Amino acid sequence: MSTLSRAASGAEPILLPPTGPAASFRRISALVRRYMYLLRSSGVRLVELIYWPFLQMLTWGFLQKYLAGTTSPLAQGAGVLIGSVLLWDILFRSKIGFSTTFIEEMWSRNLGNLLTSPLRPYELVAALSLWSVIRLGVSMVPVAIAAYFLFGFNLLGLGLPLAAFFAVLVLTSWSLGLISAGVILRYGLGAEELAWSLAFVLLPLCCVYYPVSVLPGWLQVIALSLPPTHVFEGMRSILLHHTFDPKELWWALSLNAVYLFAGYLTFSRFLASARVNGTLLRLSE
Amino acid sequence: MDERVVNSGCEPRASIAEIGAVEGNMPVSVRELTKVYGTVTAVDHISFTLAPATTVALLGGNGAGKTTTIAMLLGLIVPTSGEVRVFGADMSTRRGEVAHRLNFQSPYVDLPSRLTVRQNLTVYARLYGVANVAERIAHVARDLQIEPLLDRETGKLSAGQKTRAGLAKAFLNAPELLLLDEPTASLDPDTADWIRRKLRDYARDRGATLLLASHNMAEVERLADRVILLDQGRIIEDETPRALIETFGRKTLEEVFLDVVRRRSRQPAERPESEVAPARKAS
Repeated sequence: MSTLSRAASGAEPILLPPTGPAASFRRISALVRRYMYLLRSSGVRLVELIYWPFLQMLTWGFLQKYLAGTTSPLAQGAGVLIGSVLLWDILFRSKIGFSTTFIEEMWSRNLGNLLTSPLRPYELVAALSLWSVIRLGVSMVPVAIAAYFLFGFNLLGLGLPLAAFFAVLVLTSWSLGLISAGVILRYGLGAEELAWSLAFVLLPLCCVYYPVSVLPGWLQVIALSLPPTHVFEGMRSILLHHTFDPKELWWALSLNAVYLFAGYLTFSRFLASARVNGTLLRLSE
Repeated sequence: MDERVVNSGCEPRASIAEIGAVEGNMPVSVRELTKVYGTVTAVDHISFTLAPATTVALLGGNGAGKTTTIAMLLGLIVPTSGEVRVFGADMSTRRGEVAHRLNFQSPYVDLPSRLTVRQNLTVYARLYGVANVAERIAHVARDLQIEPLLDRETGKLSAGQKTRAGLAKAFLNAPELLLLDEPTASLDPDTADWIRRKLRDYARDRGATLLLASHNMAEVERLADRVILLDQGRIIEDETPRALIETFGRKTLEEVFLDVVRRRSRQPAERPESEVAPARKAS
């Protein structure tokens, strides 16, 4: 039997070239496929994805409804709170999606198989990033639709800036996810708590529910150095004053580039360090 | 243009020839390899090469450095000093160039438990660049007799079934170099025997190089062309199983292993007379 026909019968594999963009894309999509299989394998996971954002949206939606009936200045800006919740959830869910998917590889003791395969570290990061967006879609689209029908808040009403807001928040979540993953690689699952809590550090600093001006001067500097702050300020500006300054978004996107670079550098350094001190071997077993 | 390369197989590729011309075409070449964790030297200046189409066993007691050596060959750990080359590529810097030509199986590394065996194999086939995924999975599953398990969740398989599923993953890309860490650990004798036969057949039919770390001396005697005996991170013997047995004047490899391990762990005064006699026959 010729080699070709043996290969065609499956007796031998036909191997595709291991390098180049097509090979990278294939490996990234293989990992995304793995995460898809995982999500499909458990209805509970699927429900869980929607459950918490939905509860959040309900709580804040009703609060918004209550405030609308008072003389509170907030009542003037219909949807500010619910908008804040939905945008915060984009950041938070995307970050959690990135981190938990990575941790999942450790829980399932699969990291050794992955890191000895032809998969490159940047492909692992790309797959985690892509999957975090897919998870976000599964999680947030139904919740955003529910917000429209229950409270009349149309997230799309934010207009074109919404796409930019989304991009800024997702990019920030990837930076945080990279740092969490790197720390877990280096220090093991004992540092798992960081994956859950890191995003919450941003909650008071990014001024999700209040304007930057509320903060003391020195803290404002820190707040403005965080990309999501510009998103929440921008959202309030649109909803309360019907104005929007695109310069804020460009600034946020520039900051994101810096944070993303720092995040990838942190991940790479910790991965290299885990290869040196043997953590990777222990985590793989 | 069809970008596919036919096939993984035994046919040399241009890149192999180029690398081979420069680095030597040994599947594995290890020089002065050392790994130090803090004050502990896990692997201590070891050197060896693995020739094509040979099966070599890494033997040694717990903490001898077997797993660390395999991890360095796979690129999971970076050596403190020395060099690991696989098909001519330095594994610290050029792992990506050769990773598709090797594979790895260990009962201590799992396939994701929530995925079915077929899903796991599909993912890994794609990661390793297998183009004929469905056909290849069908073939490997038939060969390893796991067809009835393909659509079962991997986590619900027995230890023996998991080992076979892990082996299926390791065979997907028909690796030229297969690294195995305790391939039959925690298996019943019948399943272990079956796995050994599969490994031997694979090495023979594929002309592949196998490196296995094992505590099972019968397994090593049966599979290995050569044994590298490690003790405290150093190579203390590098022989064929038969030559080792003869050299130590023992009947089995297990007795040789016990000689080596006990020689280290006991003080001379504590050792019975039979063991105080030179463990290694004068040659």
